[in-house]
Amino acid sequence: MLPLLLVLPFLFSVLAMAFSGVSRRTTAWIAGAVPLAGLAILVALTPAILDGEIIRWSVPWVPQLGLDLTLRLDGYAWMFSGLVLGIGGLVVMYAHYYLGAQEKARRFFGYLLLFMGSMLGVVLAGNLLLLVVFWELTSISSFLLIGFWNHREDAREGARMALTITAGGGLALLGGVILLGHVVGSYDLDVVLASGAVVREDALYPWILLLVLGGVFTKSAQFPFHFWLPQAMAAPTPVSAYLHSATMVKAGVFLLARLHPVLAGTDLFFYVVTGVGALTLLIGAWFAIFQHDLKGLLAYSTISHLGLITLLFGLSTPFAVVAGLFHILNHATFKASLFMAAGIIDHETGTRDMRKLGNLRRYLPWTSALAIVASLAMAGIPLLNGFLSKEMFFAQALEIQGHDLMRNIVSVAALLFAIFGVAYSLRFVHDTFFGEGPREVEHEVHEPPAFMQVPVAVLAVLCVAVGVAPQLLVGPVLGAATLGVLGPATPEYSLSVWHGFSLPLAMSLAGVVGGVILYSGLRRLFDLHAIVRGSLGRKLFWFNVEALFRLARRFTHLLANGSVQRSMLWLILAAVAAALAPFLANGMAGLLDPAPLVRAGSQPMNRLALVLWVLLVGCALATLALYRYRLLAVIVIGGVGLAVSLTFVALSAPDLALTQLLVEMVTVSLMLLALHYLPQGSPPERSWFRRGRDGLIAAVAGGGVAALAYAMMTRPADTMAGELLARSLPEAWGSNVVNVILVDFRGFDTFGEITVFGIAGLVVHAMLRRARMAPEKIMPGPPVKLPVPADLAQILFPLTVVVSVFLFLRGHNAPGGGFIAGLTLAVPLLIQYVIQGAESVDSRFGFDYIRCIGVGLLVAAIGGIGSMLFGTPFLTSGHYDLQLPLIGTIPLASATVFDIGVYLVVFGSTMLMLSMMGTLRPSKRMVAHRGVIDPMHRSAITGEALR
Amino acid sequence: MELALASGIGVLVFAAVYLLLRSRTFDVILGLTLLSYAANLLIFSGGRLVAGKPPVIRDGVPGDLANYTDPLPQALVLTAIVIGFAMTAVTIVVAMRSRADNDTDHLDGLEAPPAELHRPCGGDVGPPLGIPRGEDRP
Repeated sequence: MLPLLLVLPFLFSVLAMAFSGVSRRTTAWIAGAVPLAGLAILVALTPAILDGEIIRWSVPWVPQLGLDLTLRLDGYAWMFSGLVLGIGGLVVMYAHYYLGAQEKARRFFGYLLLFMGSMLGVVLAGNLLLLVVFWELTSISSFLLIGFWNHREDAREGARMALTITAGGGLALLGGVILLGHVVGSYDLDVVLASGAVVREDALYPWILLLVLGGVFTKSAQFPFHFWLPQAMAAPTPVSAYLHSATMVKAGVFLLARLHPVLAGTDLFFYVVTGVGALTLLIGAWFAIFQHDLKGLLAYSTISHLGLITLLFGLSTPFAVVAGLFHILNHATFKASLFMAAGIIDHETGTRDMRKLGNLRRYLPWTSALAIVASLAMAGIPLLNGFLSKEMFFAQALEIQGHDLMRNIVSVAALLFAIFGVAYSLRFVHDTFFGEGPREVEHEVHEPPAFMQVPVAVLAVLCVAVGVAPQLLVGPVLGAATLGVLGPATPEYSLSVWHGFSLPLAMSLAGVVGGVILYSGLRRLFDLHAIVRGSLGRKLFWFNVEALFRLARRFTHLLANGSVQRSMLWLILAAVAAALAPFLANGMAGLLDPAPLVRAGSQPMNRLALVLWVLLVGCALATLALYRYRLLAVIVIGGVGLAVSLTFVALSAPDLALTQLLVEMVTVSLMLLALHYLPQGSPPERSWFRRGRDGLIAAVAGGGVAALAYAMMTRPADTMAGELLARSLPEAWGSNVVNVILVDFRGFDTFGEITVFGIAGLVVHAMLRRARMAPEKIMPGPPVKLPVPADLAQILFPLTVVVSVFLFLRGHNAPGGGFIAGLTLAVPLLIQYVIQGAESVDSRFGFDYIRCIGVGLLVAAIGGIGSMLFGTPFLTSGHYDLQLPLIGTIPLASATVFDIGVYLVVFGSTMLMLSMMGTLRPSKRMVAHRGVIDPMHRSAITGEALR
Repeated sequence: MELALASGIGVLVFAAVYLLLRSRTFDVILGLTLLSYAANLLIFSGGRLVAGKPPVIRDGVPGDLANYTDPLPQALVLTAIVIGFAMTAVTIVVAMRSRADNDTDHLDGLEAPPAELHRPCGGDVGPPLGIPRGEDRP
């Protein structure tokens, strides 16, 4: 049943948002079904809970982290779930009438259910990490709800502020929970609750406490994080009624009570929690008096009452915990009804500003009556529920043991809280419902639909009923909750209205009298309506946010100001630093240590190697020297490629040599094609400093890599190649081990690589398909005919196709294979393109290269999946010797099918790139960037311009 | 021979890094090409330098490291060469589009200091003088 309780809201949230054609009424019913069903489940579980049972449900989620999906329902969680669902149901009903016809009701109810589910998750979580997950979900969903009217700036600002503060607190909580799990050795709530003594004696305890309190205080709007709550009043009123009376802000105090057996009982806990609670209680109550906005007043009052609950938990005695739990219930009841009443007033009069309201009891008699009852409960007037928990608070404040100073402070704070509470409740009632008025209301005021008042009425009746007969109505609930929090330490207590004449009663009376005097005094002495207060917390918050953004902007600008060169520089410097760091950390031991290394057998230098070295180094340096003359640089860089290719030949890598050679041809033609559309040279570098600096960095990088390469090559190899060599023939039926690795051992990897290669081809296609480009210089007249090379290319073409097929077929057993064959097929076609022009070739062959890539990928996938038909994993090789007349035996491995796919993708993608570059459409804007070659000054043979 | 290859790789990296730090797209592309040569050679040399023992199993010769060189770095480098080509192609096309759309081949898409615009250039480069369509061609 527990998982159902938790899943329902999330499921219905999606349902509510998913169907667009549904009427508002249906959406509201969908939303209302969740709390109803949830309450039904809770009722079904009630007998077990009242017997003191704890219901658990658990499945492993990420056991490596100790994160399990554990749900746990004890009396405390049961009470809180009831609160979340009960108030939630009333809020859904209220919101249905509150939201205007043009509001997006589906989205609203979707978010509301999402929030309800997250809140239930926090309450039901039996694993601390899971609790943090749901905790953050409440932050996110409350962000969505507070910012529901996202066209309004104050709503967006309030939502951002709430998210920043509460999610930041969530991070602190995560840190605290991880430390807690580290100390206890488990995140399971049962285990953690049982190891309070271990935790309190651990050296990490202060950190755990402060981090967890960071989460609690931000969520429950405790000083100095209280300022986000008044800003969040920009939310629609049903949201405020739900989030800021019963749920979101209560999550903080919920956790405080939940972890009470673990964290409480030390002086640190007592002073920090009680102190912050007392401060918050006074600040909230005092500022509430000076608010003009109905919801603003209620928000500050909420802060104050949350401070009271926090203070009670801080006192740490069992009785104080009972009082705190009781006040959670009472506050939720009267505050939710007050928020709803404020929403009705706003709905009917168009304003929430008390300076514009007044005398509403004549126009809204029912609403006024209900709101007055609720505000008297807020003030703590006898025979209402607020009175009971307040009296318990007074009694606890007077009974603090062992901290005399604190007892005096808290007692005075309690008295002031009572006085201020009566004063702002009076202000709420007097300014809104009495006096002359309405002072400035634009339209005619009348009662709202009856069903909109039902939720308010239910809650107001509860306030009275609990106030009159507490033991009967909440006694069992409170008992179960207390048992859930305190376990065996649960005290004996009695909930009754009349305790006889005592000091707490005197304090209550003093509070009422003091409050009336304070309010009337303030009204006489000052013009309450003229006092305008800004929120210091809000100003500080935005100042800090701005400062943070400025700092980030400056820092980012320092690193990356949009210049690619600068980013490149940082990248290279970072790479150099990362490579140097281990050496520096070891005090250069690795470099300076002359201890003889075990040398691998080194290869002697021969003449071929010398020639290759000269070619490689010479061409590389020539590229560097000639880079400003791009045509020459392209030719010389081809020399580097050739040298690399020959190096592969010399060092027993025939496959690599072939691939490198073919890629070299294609790359050089690609660069030549590009040079048609790019400037032919680079401007000279002016700055000596820059060239010197870059040269130095390049030298460091080059030297470093050379040293690394040398160090690696002269050390003995530790390789798994022996196994690859041994298994190649018997298991993959191929003697060319490189190809076997590509299509079999590492086949999945190769599949990814040809996909990337195909995507690169498509990227080129996408970028050039609609592009119109003007060449750098244009030659007038038709292309120059090259008859002899054209004939030669024509003759060689079939031959190269045969070579390509040959290289492919033998690839599994000798140098060759899909990559090489695909490139081999591309090169003669490329020559045809160069000599005859793209149109002529396309018209004769009519290849669709994109389709070729797609078919190739499909074939490769089929080749891989084929093996799964035989019950072996993806890309396992099968083998078959094909007997053909005349030709003889062709050994075929099933990997050949995969290799065909590689063949097609490589060919298709290469040709797609080259043909796209060759068939660019001319620019509409200009003929050429830098002029036209004069026909009088060009070579008759090559068409090149003469100097 | 190890020293020769190591120094060769070093020179390649030196040239590549210097070119990577230039301000024109084509120079950076040249640098990237050189850098991919160097990286491929470096990975390849991870299998150590062995001459005359290609990893193609011959009849009667047992498949072990005494008779054949390490095939794994070769397989890694083979795909790296092809992917490197694809990367070069994409960067070249980006450079071409940048040139066409921004009227400059500066890396940032802007001619950084305006003073550089009218300076004499290397090779066959003059100040940009586009020839608009519709005007008389010489």
